[in-house]
Amino acid sequence: MSTATEDKHSAALDAAESGATQHVTFRLRIRRFNPEQAAEPVWVDYELSMDPKEKLLDALHKVKWEIDGTLTFRRSCAHGICGSDAMRINGKNRLACKTLIKDVLGKPKNGVYKPITVEPIKGLTVLKDLVVDMDPFFQAFRDVMPFLVAKGNEPTRERKQSIEDRARFDDTTKCILCAACTSSCPVFWNDGQYFGPAAIVNAHRFIFDSRDDAGEQRLEILNEKDGVWRCRTTFNCTDACPRGIQVTQAIQEVKRALITRRI
Amino acid sequence: MPAGTMYRGREGMWSWVAHRVTGVLIFFFLFVHVLDTSLVRVSPEAYDTVIATYKNPVVNLMEFGLVAAILFHALNGLRIIAVDFWAKGPKMQRTMLWSVVVVWVVLMLGSIYPVLQHTIHQLFGKG
Repeated sequence: MSTATEDKHSAALDAAESGATQHVTFRLRIRRFNPEQAAEPVWVDYELSMDPKEKLLDALHKVKWEIDGTLTFRRSCAHGICGSDAMRINGKNRLACKTLIKDVLGKPKNGVYKPITVEPIKGLTVLKDLVVDMDPFFQAFRDVMPFLVAKGNEPTRERKQSIEDRARFDDTTKCILCAACTSSCPVFWNDGQYFGPAAIVNAHRFIFDSRDDAGEQRLEILNEKDGVWRCRTTFNCTDACPRGIQVTQAIQEVKRALITRRI
Repeated sequence: MPAGTMYRGREGMWSWVAHRVTGVLIFFFLFVHVLDTSLVRVSPEAYDTVIATYKNPVVNLMEFGLVAAILFHALNGLRIIAVDFWAKGPKMQRTMLWSVVVVWVVLMLGSIYPVLQHTIHQLFGKG
């Protein structure tokens, strides 16, 4: 049952319907690398004229589709769910599909905007342009057994859980494995052996799940020298997470569970 | 491969950098401190001679720097302990950091005269 709202047009709706967009001209400064052409990456500037309300991913598409088809980057859903397009935009890890151009454009000086820099995420080997080798990242993820382990007393229907027990690990279920957190961590940059925030977040999701029986085993894995104790609480991961997960807090909860041996 | 631009971390990252730097500075001080104190075992005179060379404005300024490093490292260390052991720590980390900075500034202002009085008297005479 809907009531007619056609006679109640707001100014914003009028503007949207008129199709008028305010284009701005800015430069996208992309760190490009092609191992078949040069041993070192180079910065390349692209001048674009776009609506600043569009996403940074749209700007990358514009470069790839209209200026230089060799630009290489990962993206899939383009709506912040698949986690493919984590990259370093103006020095910070973000998802290109969840970043609006206007939010990274800054203020113009004498009518000219500072270029928006786009780089691959740090700490993983760059394969080409913005594409990095994600294998070490996913290996750390696999190592913490990110799946439900339950033995005995198999219920005939679903495994029941109270609202409180479910809330315990709610925050860490949001992870989309984009690697924005792990590749923002100074400890991970210096030593890729560290499990990294994303793997710990996904271990946390099962350690604190009342239906799971392998919490002790996961805690032992994270008690190793490349586990949670490498965390130096720089909070870069928490700031970088596009899903707003309190990553450092999750890591601290795992540390405390290891000390008190209570889940 | 050149690393590209520097990662633009926020307060948390910079407090970690400052914690590292002050920690290394304090380590080097302790290294020298153990050496000069152990001179007492060689001879009390040798110890006195070495300590006397410290009584100049340059070393005095370094002592002030040492106070700055130790105060920051100690106060931020308490913050890190709170982040580790206090359930609300991670949420309050930014507030705690700015509290650390405020307390640090107050203590540094208070330590100017006690630490630098030797140099102040030497340079400006006794008032």
